[in-house]
Amino acid sequence: MTEELLRLDGVSMQYGTGETRVTALSGIDLTVSRGELVAVMGASGSGKSTLLTVAGGLTTPTSGEVIVEGNWLSQLSPRQLATLRRRSLGFVFQDFNLIPSLTVLENVTLPLELDGFPGKRAKRPGLDALASVELLDKADRYPVDLSGGQQQRVAIARAVVGGRSLILADEPTGALDSTTGEVVLRMLRSRVDAGAGGILVTHDARHAAWADRIVFIRDGRLVDEAQTPPVTTLFEGADR
Amino acid sequence: MSIRQSFLAILDQGACYGYQLRAEFDRRTGSTWPLNIGQIYSTLDRLERDGLVERTEADDSDHVYYAITPTGHDEVAQWLVSPVVRSTAAPRDELAMKLAIAITLPGVDITALIQAQRQATLRNLQELTRAKRAGGDGGAGDDLSWQLVIDSLIFQAEAEVRWLDHSETRLVRAKASGLAEPMPIDETRARRGRPARGGVPIDGKARA
Ligand SMILES: Nc1ncnc2c1ncn2[C@@H]1O[C@H](COP(=O)(O)OP(=O)(O)OP(=O)(O)O)[C@@H](O)[C@H]1O
Ligand SMILES: [Mg+2]
Repeated sequence: MTEELLRLDGVSMQYGTGETRVTALSGIDLTVSRGELVAVMGASGSGKSTLLTVAGGLTTPTSGEVIVEGNWLSQLSPRQLATLRRRSLGFVFQDFNLIPSLTVLENVTLPLELDGFPGKRAKRPGLDALASVELLDKADRYPVDLSGGQQQRVAIARAVVGGRSLILADEPTGALDSTTGEVVLRMLRSRVDAGAGGILVTHDARHAAWADRIVFIRDGRLVDEAQTPPVTTLFEGADR
Repeated sequence: MSIRQSFLAILDQGACYGYQLRAEFDRRTGSTWPLNIGQIYSTLDRLERDGLVERTEADDSDHVYYAITPTGHDEVAQWLVSPVVRSTAAPRDELAMKLAIAITLPGVDITALIQAQRQATLRNLQELTRAKRAGGDGGAGDDLSWQLVIDSLIFQAEAEVRWLDHSETRLVRAKASGLAEPMPIDETRARRGRPARGGVPIDGKARA
């Protein structure tokens, strides 16, 4: 059974009006199910970040529907939308976006506290999320004490804290070296395997290959998809 | 080929019989390059002929062991300190050749060709990545060898995707400036010998 976490239905997005009008997305159809990671690749300016902000309800598309866990975003009041964003969605950005004056744990629990959880009740899920990215021992440190890769793992913990299930990651490995990027992807992947779903925007084919599906975007349109093949035995080691 | 040297390096750790040598090779390379027993014995025969290994009398269980000689040992030491130098002549890359020819033909949708190839290569990359994911972090020694080998394949596939992206961009630019016209057959009689003009050979040496 596949449960749909996200559906984009004929989504188009235009910025500006008249002369300065830019079509960033046109007629995008895309779904992400629970347990599924979808990679989005495409040239600079092709609309990848716009796709994520639209999917995450940060911008309202010019036309088309965005449906998150069964909720039609166009039908929600601004308040309901804000609540849905806090409860269902987690963003991960290239530059980590942690708050320097908060501890690692406080950064992770921030979305819960914004959602009205008292600090004490937010602590348990915060620690769970940190444990899932293997950073429990850094809970009381500040972001500045952490390496880039570790900060990005904190950002992933923040994105999934409290059972939020749709992770929208915009170039999460962009600022990391190859090996560290891979550790971050492993974490992202394992969160998805544990029941989340996500979109991973990346320029790097090696990173996109961690996804179940790879879609290409060109001038705001999805061109085609590369599906994960059934696991065949490319070589003996493949079935370990 | 480095199978020969790989065998020597293993035998340098202790004498082996044929199947045992194959098992050791597989264990140390993650079974990435399966060898049949015929290849094992023909390689061993050549190593013996060149004085790099010696064969023992069959033991009770009929196993013939191969032991390294001092010359063989020296060859292993030499192999380990020498970089692998790949041929400077362009390897016959099927894909590069296909693309080079395809852009000279009329009516070929090169963008579609590149896109189809990119998808196939990405699928390969996904498959490799899945295998790698399933394999963990390379804790045990044999897993580590296997991870290194699989990473090598992953980086090669990635390089191919990047080359395809690059080629596509170049092609778009060339088309925009009218430089990507199909190439009709040259009706001037082909001369014998080397073409008078053309690309620089890959090894960079000037043509005589
Ligand atoms: N807030 C905005 N106002 C006006 N135009 C915008 C805005 N945001 C993006 N655009 C335009 O929309 C198009 C798509 O931009 P987007 O940021 O989605 O691309 P991208 O694929 O994420 O690129 P990159 O790989 O460089 O991050 C571009 O032409 C961009 O200039
Ligand atoms: Mg972007």
